[in-house]
Amino acid sequence: MRPVTIALAGNPNAGKTTIFNAITGARQHVGNYPGITVEKKTGLACLEGETIALVDLPGIYSLTAYSQEEVVARRMLTEERPDAALHIVDAGALERNLYLTVQLLELGIPTVVALNMMDEVRRRGDSIDTKRLSRLLGVPVVETVGRTGVGVTEALRTVLAVGREARGAGKRGNPWQSRIISYGTDIDPVLIEMTGEIDRCLADSGKNADMVYPSRWLALKYLENDPDIHDARFFSEECRTHFETQYDQLAKHLEKTLQTYPEAIIADFRYGYISGILRQDVVTRQADIAARRNFSDQIDRFLTHSWLGIFAMAAVFYCVYQIAFSLGGIPMDMVGALFDWAAEAAGKIIPDGLARSLIVSGIIKGAGGVMAFVPLIVIMFMLVAFLEDSGYMARIAYMLDRVFRLFGLHGASIMPYMISGGIAGGCAVPGVMGTRTLRGPKEKLATMLTLPFMACGAKIPVFLLIVGAFFAENNQAAIMLGITLSGWAIALLSAKILRSTVMRGEPTPFVMELPPYRIPTMRGLLLHTWERAWQYLKRAGTIILSISIVIWALLTFPALPEDMAQAYDEKIASAGERIENISSVYAASGLETDKVALDEAREALDALLNQKSGAALTHSFAGRIGLFFEPVSVFAGFDWRTNVALLGGVAAKEVLVSTLGTAYSLGDVDPEDAKPLRETIKADPGWNRANAASLMIFVLIYSPCVVTLATMRTETASWRWPLFSLVSSTGMAYALAVAVYQAGRIFLR
Amino acid sequence: MLADAMTSSRSVSLRRLRVGEKASIVSISVGGELARRIRDMGVVPGATVEIVGRAPLKDPVAIRLQGFILTLRNNEADWIIVEPEISDHKICDPSP
Repeated sequence: MRPVTIALAGNPNAGKTTIFNAITGARQHVGNYPGITVEKKTGLACLEGETIALVDLPGIYSLTAYSQEEVVARRMLTEERPDAALHIVDAGALERNLYLTVQLLELGIPTVVALNMMDEVRRRGDSIDTKRLSRLLGVPVVETVGRTGVGVTEALRTVLAVGREARGAGKRGNPWQSRIISYGTDIDPVLIEMTGEIDRCLADSGKNADMVYPSRWLALKYLENDPDIHDARFFSEECRTHFETQYDQLAKHLEKTLQTYPEAIIADFRYGYISGILRQDVVTRQADIAARRNFSDQIDRFLTHSWLGIFAMAAVFYCVYQIAFSLGGIPMDMVGALFDWAAEAAGKIIPDGLARSLIVSGIIKGAGGVMAFVPLIVIMFMLVAFLEDSGYMARIAYMLDRVFRLFGLHGASIMPYMISGGIAGGCAVPGVMGTRTLRGPKEKLATMLTLPFMACGAKIPVFLLIVGAFFAENNQAAIMLGITLSGWAIALLSAKILRSTVMRGEPTPFVMELPPYRIPTMRGLLLHTWERAWQYLKRAGTIILSISIVIWALLTFPALPEDMAQAYDEKIASAGERIENISSVYAASGLETDKVALDEAREALDALLNQKSGAALTHSFAGRIGLFFEPVSVFAGFDWRTNVALLGGVAAKEVLVSTLGTAYSLGDVDPEDAKPLRETIKADPGWNRANAASLMIFVLIYSPCVVTLATMRTETASWRWPLFSLVSSTGMAYALAVAVYQAGRIFLR
Repeated sequence: MLADAMTSSRSVSLRRLRVGEKASIVSISVGGELARRIRDMGVVPGATVEIVGRAPLKDPVAIRLQGFILTLRNNEADWIIVEPEISDHKICDPSP
């Protein structure tokens, strides 16, 4: 027999995920609903010898079809048709939570209510008569405390029994029965009439057999002006026109007589139904108001205080930054070193040639590039999950919303910005993943597309190199600060531009809950973090690895022509011989002059090797692309070498400096200490302060790296936005770089 | 404006209330998505609210309802018409 399927429904912050984790443990699977980025969590549990398939619906307040979460939750309920629903209710806010319960009952799905966080209710001195509530609602009600696991098994057992019975009736055999709630003298007659007509319409079109929605629920949704149902294709044109007329008549009548909308009346009656139940001695509240000033309120006096709150927030950001990038840098460096070691070892084992180059430079370095971000993502998401689960993240959004709203963003945009380099040295990859906190789709997208303008850690060596070479060295700190602030300015302004053009539209309603402060559970944090890291590896990782192989090919092919390569090889061979000869002379004589000669010979060999790789780079596709773009890039002051480096920088900003070094035939330049390169470009007549400044601007703004683009693709479930980001930011970077270069030629010389 | 007929002379918009003040909701004078969102979150006529605080830049505002706290932007609070509770010191006011 197939497993009993149970949907877990509930408001955000009602403790749904905690209960889901408690029931399924590690036996869960996180995916996405097709085409959108709302997470789909499924898990298995075992009880009384029965396998239970549990689906964790997104947190919702209502079964309307406005937010993505609501659409997803409703489609899951109606299209996949689980056997039963377990509704996790925050017992501390019964009225509001039961609003969703009533809608589940109207949809007709067999439901069990779990009164969660009963410990908090008792601590406040309130009590709830569960038996009476169950009788009045007409569904089983159980008490749970998700954090400690109390009552969770009982809840599962209850819903299993309900689900088993539904399954016994067969998937389609037992249509859901809509709970009948009265909506008053204006709505009720229309509702009843419409229900009958819907039955007829469905029977006429012969679709009744496949029909999973109860007719009364359909009629109700019609009157609630539900877009999903108004557009639904299962009615004939004739029926739809008739229903539209009925709706319009009712709406006009209500506006004239009561100056309100049908949906407002329906909501009022639903809340009325709920308070009608609760008034029958279901809830006994502690009369003493002072006792209600709980722990959470006390903390908020300080943490959201008009100026103390700002200090506290700055301190939190500073800690997050320190922990993530100072502490997180250590495992990141270790992973990097591990892959460097692997590359070296592989280089020794595999004979020289294409295979070695592919494995060492293409695959191992590419995999290293993927893996190096994992420790950072793990730490970053531990911290973000901690802030979210503790309830502080909502306070951050609350305190900063006024500022971010100026730019068409949301208070919650701050965290992704900070992570991406709002304090110099962040990384856009966890930043993009962090935009999930944002609920409004437009605000989320605008944040995601602008956060790569921040000065991420990998861009910094470029700035250091250029500042060191062309601007006073002791001024570095000031220039770094300038770069960081420019990043902020550009990000916020382009967000404003995006929100007034491509993503124009009213701000998403801010209405947001400030959940009480809670200490996050370790299990929740670990599961959450593990999910994110795994998703990054699985999805972004494969894309990044394949693209880094493409980039390797661009930098390698076509190889130097045989005759040129041979000419270099001969010179290299003779230089090698020369070294051997001199070193044997030096070994015998030990004379200082011989030692100098030996050093000179070694330098000559290095120079030859670097010349060869420089020539190979010139000859490769990348070199040709660089040359190809030179006529355009010259307006921004970039020659082909800079172009090649910038192209490499799209793979990963980290390789910008070292690719530039190769292009200048300097061999592998250590980005952390690029002294030889600095001296070279300083002496190069092609370089001056004008193109130095324009390069800095270009690097700050141009296309995000492949890792970021791949993460954007994962987060938006389409290539459209990463492509948009690539093209628009490179275009903007070019325009600004040209402006800076041309102005610089006049003023900076 | 809709629902004006239901508001009495003492009604003001939620934005006018000071921190610590309590009021009961009279009407929501807006339609569309915003209205739906605030209704879904329990802001309905008859509910009692208390202003818990305002963000450092005086916007958004945090309000307490039965068992939970919501935040709203000021321009959203404008649409929520409330009747303030008469606070203790006002009882002694010589009101007409």
